[in-house]
Amino acid sequence: MPEVPQSVALELYRKMTEIRLFEKRAYDLFMQNLVKGTTHLGTGQEAIAAGVSQAMNDDDYTFTTYRGHNHVLARGTPMTPVMAELLGRENGLMHGKGGSMHLLDTSRGILGAYAIIGAQLVIANGSAFSARYRGTRQVTVTFLGDGATNIGAFHEALNFAAVYKLPVIFICENNKYMEYTPIGAVTAVPRPAADRAASYGLEPVVVDGNDVEAVYHTAAAAIGKARDGGGPSLIEALTYRHGGHSRADPGKYRPAEEVKEWLAKDPIPAYRAVLLSRGVDEAVLDGIDKSAREAVDKATEEAKAGPEPRIELAETNVWADGGHAWRN
Amino acid sequence: MSTLTLSRGLNEGLRKALEDDPKVLIMGEDVGKLGGVFRVTDGLQKDFGEHRVVDTPLAESGIVGTAIGLALRGYRPVCEIQFDGFVFPATDQIVSQLAKMRYRSRGQVSLPVVIRIPFGGGIGAVEHHSESPEVFFAHTAGLRVVACADAAEAFTMIQQAIASDDPVIFFEPKRRYWDKAEVDTAAGPDSAPPLEAARVVLPGDDVTLLTYGPLVRTCSEAALAARTEGRSIEVIDLRSLSPLDMDTITGSVSRTGRCVVAHEAPVYAGLGAEIAARITEQCFYHLEAPVLRVGGFATPYPPSRLEEHFLPDLDRVLDAVDRTFAY
Ligand SMILES: Cc1ncc(C[n+]2csc(CCOP(=O)(O)OP(=O)(O)O)c2C)c(N)n1
Ligand SMILES: [Mg+2]
Repeated sequence: MPEVPQSVALELYRKMTEIRLFEKRAYDLFMQNLVKGTTHLGTGQEAIAAGVSQAMNDDDYTFTTYRGHNHVLARGTPMTPVMAELLGRENGLMHGKGGSMHLLDTSRGILGAYAIIGAQLVIANGSAFSARYRGTRQVTVTFLGDGATNIGAFHEALNFAAVYKLPVIFICENNKYMEYTPIGAVTAVPRPAADRAASYGLEPVVVDGNDVEAVYHTAAAAIGKARDGGGPSLIEALTYRHGGHSRADPGKYRPAEEVKEWLAKDPIPAYRAVLLSRGVDEAVLDGIDKSAREAVDKATEEAKAGPEPRIELAETNVWADGGHAWRN
Repeated sequence: MSTLTLSRGLNEGLRKALEDDPKVLIMGEDVGKLGGVFRVTDGLQKDFGEHRVVDTPLAESGIVGTAIGLALRGYRPVCEIQFDGFVFPATDQIVSQLAKMRYRSRGQVSLPVVIRIPFGGGIGAVEHHSESPEVFFAHTAGLRVVACADAAEAFTMIQQAIASDDPVIFFEPKRRYWDKAEVDTAAGPDSAPPLEAARVVLPGDDVTLLTYGPLVRTCSEAALAARTEGRSIEVIDLRSLSPLDMDTITGSVSRTGRCVVAHEAPVYAGLGAEIAARITEQCFYHLEAPVLRVGGFATPYPPSRLEEHFLPDLDRVLDAVDRTFAY
């Protein structure tokens, strides 16, 4: 695959670094009891968010899951409203009403994060349909986990997308586990997404999800095809989450050898080494690291300074007229 | 004025909505070429094209999910579910996404999706094809739930539902699809009462009979029969099951002092329970008798040879009316 231009390479590195530091901070805030509820971190899976978003146009659409901070940040949503949303503050992306699992930023085409497994896949088809109706060349990208390939909505969505040749890309982040169960133990085929592709007339596509440039090229090819009317793609990106499934899950159900093997394949140091070998000045990368740290610190302070939600918010935005009074 | 069946009234209403707003789309199984199993969308694909009246795969969650995605981008999709019992595979999308997205996004997104569901029994069509699942949806905050009762109502209510910025679960009384009524197809939906208003079908003074959907006709016939015995029953068609038009309900019950609620859905935890509780709270000192309920039994929908027994008829409605005079 061709080397990407250095400006793009540095973007990929910056996105991954920012996401990594953001997620680490989210974990710390959770441990300090500042994030109520739960969080599902994308630590270890940054290359997929960074590579895919880099291949998208600004007016393309993203659908993600409860493990979606990474996809939202990668599309350029500033850190402060995302962090504030995790903290449930009024300066959050959804003013604290969505929380970690339900990020949404329509101004950047992020049409929601969904915490019912598979729900976003069928909805993404609708947004892809809308681009067709308007006659625009916008592409919709939706993320899913390996576990999601076993729910009905996945199959309904792929069939729909294939039948109508919709401009939609399904990106399965195969991190080998659905919560605590190895995906291989509960799936009829070895490759949960790729081995299903043929059922819908699609090519099986597997990519090393920890190789950010490989992800970028694979996504760019699929997105380009969809933009030109070539229909949907299903991409399986192999990766691993560094932490547990959610909250403070230490992930003890995973064999130590396996964890060790995958930590050695951490996408960020790997990419840093690639960039250095290509002659990128180390000071430039250090500068990106430093700015990312500062950005996360600033976002944390701004988020913490945000007001706690007013109690009235619990009862608003249920119906279009704003009122809940009718029903209570 | 034209004389139309309820099914045709819906068809004309949908046609108007498609004409008035290019963002309106229809999707569902067999809705296009066939025109739907009850022919409600008959001829619409021919006139508006395959892109606006879409024959979908057999995938209820896929249909409703796609509609949500379209609504997220400003479209107003109308989904047809073939029969009441087939809505359950879409429940996840309806309850977990459609109803909740406005709330969780703090009003940043609006999902004007209409889901049309033929409901109720009486056509010998057994379970999955004769059920009344309205209360599952009425219980879910964020959805409007309505039921139409005749052709004229169907014509205006479907247009109002499509114009609503809330998601609407739109119930159609399937055994009344072939009933005819006069419909003014030239009238706009604004000349009709709003979607959330109940309507007095027959005025009366002695007892209030609340109902909706297929039983509006049954209850009207019961009221006319009771008149011959000198009993004056006020029949109210609720139209909107969520929200409830409590002003119309309490206005009537405060006057009559007696109330019966009738629906085909099982009585247990049905809409009648909610209404009875609210009337008790709001009209306690006006009541001469407890609010009584008539409805289906706490069983799955029975086989067709037994459905007459399950469905509230004139006798069961009038028996309940009589019982309100026993206190
Ligand atoms: C319909 C549904 N069932 C169960 C859950 C609980 N749950 C949340 S995440 C998860 C595992 C999903 O695994 P996968 O799709 O591989 O995504 P990952 O968490 O690995 O990113 C489960 C079972 C859910 N959210 N929705
Ligand atoms: Mg997984």
